[in-house]
Amino acid sequence: MMPAQREPLISARGLSVRHGGVTILSDVDFHIHPSEIVTVVGPNGSGKSTLIRALVGLDPAAQGQIMRRDGLRLGYVPQRLSIDPSLPMTVHRFLSLPRRQAAGDIAGVLARVGVEGLEDRPMARLSGGQLQRVLLARALLARPEILVLDEPTQGLDQPGEAAFYRLIEEVRSQTGAAVLMVSHDLHVVMATSDRVICLNGHVCCEGTPQVVSAAPEYRALFGAGTGGALALYRHVHDHAHDGAPGHPHPHDHGHEHGHHDHAYHERADHA
Amino acid sequence: MIMRITKGRIMPDFLIRAALAGLGLVMATGPLGCFVLWRRMAYFGDATAHAAILGVALAFATGLPVYAGTLIVAIAMAMTVSALTGRGHAMDTALGVLAHSALAFGLLAVSFLPGVRMDLSAWLFGDILAVAPSDLAWIWGGSALVLGLLVWRWQGLLDATVNEDLAQASGVNPGIERLALTIALALVVAVAIKIVGALLIAALLIIPAATVRGLSRSPEGMAVAAAVAGAVAIVAGLGLSLRLDTPAGPSIVAVAAMLFLLALPMGARR
Repeated sequence: MMPAQREPLISARGLSVRHGGVTILSDVDFHIHPSEIVTVVGPNGSGKSTLIRALVGLDPAAQGQIMRRDGLRLGYVPQRLSIDPSLPMTVHRFLSLPRRQAAGDIAGVLARVGVEGLEDRPMARLSGGQLQRVLLARALLARPEILVLDEPTQGLDQPGEAAFYRLIEEVRSQTGAAVLMVSHDLHVVMATSDRVICLNGHVCCEGTPQVVSAAPEYRALFGAGTGGALALYRHVHDHAHDGAPGHPHPHDHGHEHGHHDHAYHERADHA
Repeated sequence: MIMRITKGRIMPDFLIRAALAGLGLVMATGPLGCFVLWRRMAYFGDATAHAAILGVALAFATGLPVYAGTLIVAIAMAMTVSALTGRGHAMDTALGVLAHSALAFGLLAVSFLPGVRMDLSAWLFGDILAVAPSDLAWIWGGSALVLGLLVWRWQGLLDATVNEDLAQASGVNPGIERLALTIALALVVAVAIKIVGALLIAALLIIPAATVRGLSRSPEGMAVAAAVAGAVAIVAGLGLSLRLDTPAGPSIVAVAAMLFLLALPMGARR
């Protein structure tokens, strides 16, 4: 094990965040390592965005510590971006903020995220999917060691969403950047994440997607009875390669919990 | 008859000074006005300008130069408003209270000053035709300072204007950029009060920028175009004032408003 690999890019210990006297997050421990894809899931109002914002440094911590590696290059993709209509701004100009970028670099990064040739389009005339890709392009121009995405596919349709997450995974494998994202979309979480954190004001459970989806805390939050979630679960197991045996009968999951826990610890040891 | 007044004559000194003062001012109000528009800070300009009357009274009471008095109070007001915005107060209420009480207290303070004869309407509506050579130095100095500040911080200012979270994640400090704009605004108000007066400063910030909005493709282009639109308003407004014997400040703003109307269909076509 290389020590550099073991040092987390961002970590938090005992993190609490308050907004106007209301505690949104309490006592959260967190870490993300290079090249890891970590997804935060949780119901509405569970503090997912707040956690991300605190880790990036946008919201102050009320308690606890956040550590970011020295000189960490971070690419942030916000939940949404609305530019005042009175501000004329082309894609090219937007990507040249806050640092000027060479035209070739901009063309290159636009091509990479799949929207080549959009340079001269006003930001206000981008579709939802194009805007998300342009935001990702801007994050990539910072040559990030970690990409942080706050529900990046809000407002995209299902195929658009799937395509966007495929793109994220591609970027990760090409650049080795870690990815930290918030999602309400369990489907995606299960398919692409190395590790899932289930949040509801505190960390309910954490581990590989298989572990988390079987955890009683997770099932209490998201419900185990919905067909969609079950289909998802099977789908994941169809594609699992890291030792967890597939089991077609969702009723078994409760019994298998201990086994999954074991899988999680194993994984944590190797992380 | 209109022709007879100016035809064949050399422009009088006061008119040249008025034009120079106005042109100096719009170099700053053009680009700054764009930020006022983009960030929806129009109310902010109003509050700062109304407070400037209190600064005028302060200057008369203490013997400070008027520009210094207005600058101090304008900065204090701008900082207060900025701090309140940061804490998420209901801004329109806070501003309504602050702006108009500052104006009222300013007018009260003026009435209490013993032995000072002060032409209030000159400070409320401006008197660009009374600009003295020393005023020109203040105006050009202040404008150059504001313009320099904007150029220096342009990238960061623009990024923080697009989205503060995104800017902060990219290493820009949105608080500092906000402060830079706040100070620039206070400076412009202090400098402009003599030209268009406390009640019309915001118009000079907003109208030229709004005029060129539809015609601009880049933030930089819009900033330059706003300065040009402002310059046209100054020159044509002064001409109008001279020919029709109307008050200069309101004439300038009226011309700016007409330019805005003229530009509307052009912006809509794009």
